[in-house]
Amino acid sequence: MAEVLTITDLVKQFGGLTATDHLSLSVDEGEVHAVIGPDGPGKTTLIGQLTEDITPNSGSIRFAGQDLTGMPVHRRSMLGLARSFQITNVLADFSARANVALAVQAHQGHSFRFWRKAASDPRLVDPAMRCLATVGLEDRAEVSASNLSHGEQRQLELAMALATQPSMLLLDEPMAGMGPEDSARMVEILKRLKGDLTILLVEHDMDAVFALADRITVLVYGRAIATGAPDAIRNDPDVRTAYLGEEAEDA
Amino acid sequence: MASFRYGFILLVMLALAAVPTVAIAIDEPFYVSLFTRMLVMAIAACSLNLVLGYGGMVSFGHAAYLGLGAYVVGIGFYHASNDGMEWALNGWMHLALAITIPGLVALLIGAISLRTRGVYFIMITLAFSQMLYYFFIGLERYGGDDGLSLWFLSDFGGVMDMNDDVDLYYLSYGLLLVILFLLYRLVNSRFGMVLKGAKSNERRLMAVGFPTYRYRLVAFGISGAICGIAGFLMANQSEFVSTAEMHWVHSGDLIVMVVLGGMGTLFGPVLGAVGFLMLEQYLPELIRGGCEVIGGNNCGIAGEYWKIVFGPLLIMVVLFARGGIDGLLQGKVGRNG
Repeated sequence: MAEVLTITDLVKQFGGLTATDHLSLSVDEGEVHAVIGPDGPGKTTLIGQLTEDITPNSGSIRFAGQDLTGMPVHRRSMLGLARSFQITNVLADFSARANVALAVQAHQGHSFRFWRKAASDPRLVDPAMRCLATVGLEDRAEVSASNLSHGEQRQLELAMALATQPSMLLLDEPMAGMGPEDSARMVEILKRLKGDLTILLVEHDMDAVFALADRITVLVYGRAIATGAPDAIRNDPDVRTAYLGEEAEDA
Repeated sequence: MASFRYGFILLVMLALAAVPTVAIAIDEPFYVSLFTRMLVMAIAACSLNLVLGYGGMVSFGHAAYLGLGAYVVGIGFYHASNDGMEWALNGWMHLALAITIPGLVALLIGAISLRTRGVYFIMITLAFSQMLYYFFIGLERYGGDDGLSLWFLSDFGGVMDMNDDVDLYYLSYGLLLVILFLLYRLVNSRFGMVLKGAKSNERRLMAVGFPTYRYRLVAFGISGAICGIAGFLMANQSEFVSTAEMHWVHSGDLIVMVVLGGMGTLFGPVLGAVGFLMLEQYLPELIRGGCEVIGGNNCGIAGEYWKIVFGPLLIMVVLFARGGIDGLLQGKVGRNG
């Protein structure tokens, strides 16, 4: 299978702290690759290097045949890398539909179009409604994003990412702050997307990760201590001590 | 409430259309020039509202574009009367240049300013407008500090006469309507969505793939161009061009008009400009009258302190009616209004 994303020997240091430590990781086309790990700066820093302005000290990130390092944020989206944010990040004073329509618009050429009304343009509205339907928000399309529940806002995040027709979806803790019911709904939505989309999933919710992932990478102090299928990870002794052990003790 | 709002706005626009007729009927031609000034400032406030209200860019330098538009008329007059260059009075040319020059200067200033955010953006737009202010003070040839009195105004041939207050009034009114309609199309277009989206959450917009800087910059240029039209009208209305109009205080006045009328609404700046100039005109008389009623001394002077009332009034708007006059018409009261 073709690799969509290839991270090679990536290092990021903040002063004395090594947040990404010689990390190598790949995501194959069509797979759901989950990144898990105990609390720490490792996962956020990795996402920052993939999607924002955090420049690694060394190593490379190749996506769709191009080096992402130092590339402006908006161009990464144009390449087909879409993300959802850990902390809900939608346009609060726009309706759910307008939020998604704007994401659709971003990928239909330039927006130096000054005349035609965007809110009634079927080229924007139709795809936007399809994305809302995919995440189960079609009935809430006209509601202002700020009036959506937390769970619905997370779904909207996902719809916006989908609207950019990405070749890979980077989901930064899509279940963050969700109750079990919302969480279960999100897992169902993602299960339906699985197969059509390549997904890099960074998540704390173990049930969700084991339900969705084809492969899991365990990140401890910015270093990948194991990569493999969910069953292999579950039984890996290093992982058990570093991560799952802690959970078992908590439970 | 919505129908009341549109009804009120329609009433204001119709009343403005009738001003010259009424003023002539009651033999008070002074009102024509007062209301022309309102229309001119309404255009300038609309231009600022595009970047401030819809785009979230607090430009504290829009007086510069107003001044540039006015100086197009002033400099044209200067060369027509001193160098015999009759063509330099051509009104169509004035109008065209009063759109393009401020527009291009706004693009230039915006290109640098929009790399900053928040307070820095406010300060840098202020700095640029003050630079232009001192530049024109230094231009002795065009009157410098003293300004230029215009013996001849923009010449539109037989189409209209800028010396005729009614012609100038209806030109201003017509331009305001055209600008409002163009702005209405613009803020609801794809471009407008990006502009409003970048105000709401710029980080998100970049994440879905918008190079937001370019869109903000173009909006800033358009805003400068519209403000230049107001400058062109202002010069013809006051028959005088001076650096005073470019002073930063006027940039502040424009912000006040936009906030007073309602940021990010189509007609808010119009209501704000009318309200602002009404208060400026009638608050002193009101205070003088009130003073006489309670039998105070020196009531003539009391009127000069109208800003003592105006200031707290503004604070009240900001505290209790965030949506400005237009917000009140929609029944929005309170800090989130």
